[in-house]
Amino acid sequence: MSGITKSFGATQALRDVSLDVPAGRVLALIGENGAGKSTLMKVLSGAHAPDAGTMTLSGKPFAPSGPHDARLAGVGMIYQELNLAPDLSVEDNIMLGQERSQFGMLNRRAQQAKVREVLELLGHPDLPPSTPVRELPIAQQQLVEIARALASDCKVIVFDEPTSSLTRSDVEYLFAVIRRLKSTGLGIVYISHFLEEIRQVSDCYAVLRDGQSVGSGELSDTTDTDIVSLMVGRSVSELFPSVPHIPGEVVLKVAGLSGESSPVEVSFELRRGEILGIAGLIGAGRTELLRCLFGLDEAASGDAVRSPDVGVRTLGRRRPGYGDSPRQRIAAGFGLVSEDRKTEGLAQSRSIADNITYSRLKPYSCFGWLNLNRRRTAVADWMRRLHVKAASPEQSISELSGGNQQKVAIARVLHQEADILLLDEPTRGIDVGTKAEIYRLMGEQAAAGKAIIFVSSYLTELLAVCDRVAVMSRGRLKEVRAARDWTEEAVMAVAVSVNESVA
Amino acid sequence: MIEPSTTQPTFGDATKSRRTWSRVVNVVGPFLALAAVVLFFAIADRWMNGEKATFLTSRNLTTISSQTSTVAVAALGMTIIIIAGGIDLSAGTAIALCATVLAWSLKEDLGPRWLAGETTAAVAKSINEAQSDLKRIEREIEALAGGEVTPTQVAAKLMAKSDTEEAIRQHERRLAKLKSLSAAVAVAMSLACGALCGFANGWLVSYLRVVPFIVTLGTMQLYLGLSKQVARETTVRPDRFSQVSDGLVDLLSVRADALWLGLPSGVWLTLLLAGLLAAALHWTVFSRYVFALGSNEATARLCGINVRWNKIAVYTLSGLFVGIAGLYQFSRLTVGNPTSGSGLELRVIAAVVIGGASLSGGRGSVLGTLLGALIMSVIANGCTMLGLQNPVQDMILGVIIVAAVTLDQFRQKSVSR
Repeated sequence: MSGITKSFGATQALRDVSLDVPAGRVLALIGENGAGKSTLMKVLSGAHAPDAGTMTLSGKPFAPSGPHDARLAGVGMIYQELNLAPDLSVEDNIMLGQERSQFGMLNRRAQQAKVREVLELLGHPDLPPSTPVRELPIAQQQLVEIARALASDCKVIVFDEPTSSLTRSDVEYLFAVIRRLKSTGLGIVYISHFLEEIRQVSDCYAVLRDGQSVGSGELSDTTDTDIVSLMVGRSVSELFPSVPHIPGEVVLKVAGLSGESSPVEVSFELRRGEILGIAGLIGAGRTELLRCLFGLDEAASGDAVRSPDVGVRTLGRRRPGYGDSPRQRIAAGFGLVSEDRKTEGLAQSRSIADNITYSRLKPYSCFGWLNLNRRRTAVADWMRRLHVKAASPEQSISELSGGNQQKVAIARVLHQEADILLLDEPTRGIDVGTKAEIYRLMGEQAAAGKAIIFVSSYLTELLAVCDRVAVMSRGRLKEVRAARDWTEEAVMAVAVSVNESVA
Repeated sequence: MIEPSTTQPTFGDATKSRRTWSRVVNVVGPFLALAAVVLFFAIADRWMNGEKATFLTSRNLTTISSQTSTVAVAALGMTIIIIAGGIDLSAGTAIALCATVLAWSLKEDLGPRWLAGETTAAVAKSINEAQSDLKRIEREIEALAGGEVTPTQVAAKLMAKSDTEEAIRQHERRLAKLKSLSAAVAVAMSLACGALCGFANGWLVSYLRVVPFIVTLGTMQLYLGLSKQVARETTVRPDRFSQVSDGLVDLLSVRADALWLGLPSGVWLTLLLAGLLAAALHWTVFSRYVFALGSNEATARLCGINVRWNKIAVYTLSGLFVGIAGLYQFSRLTVGNPTSGSGLELRVIAAVVIGGASLSGGRGSVLGTLLGALIMSVIANGCTMLGLQNPVQDMILGVIIVAAVTLDQFRQKSVSR
């Protein structure tokens, strides 16, 4: 691919990007969220047509008219989410869209031969072709997806963050498959944030930032720090502005809190003016812990004792069908920023004003009727305080950038006057500048006496921003230490090692 | 201060103007569509019927407004449901149920019996008796005029006549009072019935957690059965003279003397309700919750909004509108026909969709809904004027619904970009 340029409206997503995918090698495509990786891959897979630039595949010019065309030409895509029909068999899934047929009748024999061939190529001829995909474990489902790409005789396979929903052992399984594919002479593009993963499977790398290629080369010649500074484009101290804050008395004491499947007997204390980080692999139960605390998921047992200025309130011990709802937790001073602002955190089609004030409309209402002017003034004030960039408070959320959306989600929690902030991946999918703003905001809120629980998969930020960091694994809270007593390796060791000892 | 990164998408003038433009289209679009349809039929009518063209006469426009009202008022309620991300397929049969209950209540004299302890039939009977008395007396007076009579005899007869006339007037006043009593109770029953149907829908949707489409598909059949039960599988015909108050029948009548400020009172009521609802959808806390539910239920839950009760409230409120639509339905038919509502729900939903609401929730407006309902009745009315048959009307309506939904898809795509 060379000189690829792509704009959406006034936003230029890709600027003159060139990329070479050598056969028989694994190219790691690296970049922050929003750097243009996905857009570039959508151009490659035919989902978007480039505004300028050319592509060549095996020496021939390549200009796919759509995803199907690209697939026939030999570009296979494996996304984070699996695209399988769960009730169809392995064979049907592999051959879906490329059935071998004569006069509309399936040629089962030809299909089975092809399926056997690709499964053999993958090194898994043992996978029974007639099993419904639903019955397979996730790792093997992914295998089916890869087999489907192979069945269309592809020359390039793109893996777009394929490990994000996999467990550690499944990741190893996948890496073995990728290495095998490499040895058959395919060109492979591997997209990921995780440098460790990239080092495990890739040979060379290309870094995108703000829609431009900023560097590429052999992985063996570069250090992680080099790659990070290429990705980020600025030094680390600028990234994590800190606001001094001192932890005070305990405001929340959680004892043996268990949910339906996770969290499992989690106990910890949270202090006023403290930022408590929670690290762990995806699926370690961090989100579930927050949802349990907020009343979105039912807790099975355990206690969470809230210590406000007056009295002590017990929040745990929910009986089936009875217990604190998010409404009551909000009244108790909890505020949750959801990890998923698209499908849960924000009402995308509603205005900024609505989204900020949904959880607390009381200041603007009188007998159920709203004073919209007063609300608009208040919302405009919040937007100024959090530097939300938008045309007006009436602008709808879907028109904002990810970073501004996240600021709105945080503004809501602050607007509802929560003093225990539960932030679930608040910096996911937003640009570096906004991340820094959010870190500073968290510091300011802690300095103002709020208690913050900060869940993140990005260890660097956890260690830089938090006072203490807890590590979760398989629903259990394993270890809490002051942030300066942790290293990234130590956190990973706790997050991973326990997994293995249980398994 | 950290500089905002350049990856942050900023909206250039082009996008901004496109957005303003699409907003204008959203508001003005239905108006333009209505104007276009009216213009089309006005010209076609003139062309086909020449001097005898009647489409654009004020009488015909009044008729159209009256024909729209039943669907329009039900569509107001449906607008709330659709904004909240739901749908109500039972609206049609619920309207028929309300109309049937109303007719049944009139026929059974529920109001007079409960509140006055009499029946309209008894009063009507005494009126009949008094009238035959009167006729007899008049005949006797005529007979006297032929023979020899004393002035006292004549005076006595005349006295008897005026007494009887007075008795008839008294009975008629009594009957009128009973009829309005009966009407008041019947209307209240219709509203209660609508609200109850809505409550049932809302309760099922929020407690069974089944999608509204399926729940209301079931209750649609349920309400049809219920109204057949109430009507004992026939049509409920309250006596037009003795049981149905004129106010009920004239609600949507286009007779010149039934109009009030140029429009039937039912049309004014619809407009009043529309105004109230539009204000409520803009300025109440409840409306925020309705939009939040339709836009993203998970967000609503996250913000501590009581999802279940708000859903029930939405369906119940809409049920009240269905009750009023039932009243209109009765007013037009003057009988309670259990099957008169089948298929009506689709026209109600179509009105909301043509008016620019999104079937995936979160968007819709009262003004749009009213215009949507008007567009449909203008088409129906216009086609009749042109002598086009029912099938043609149905086909045109179908095309328009598909077009409206397609437009909605386009709008959604442009939003998600």
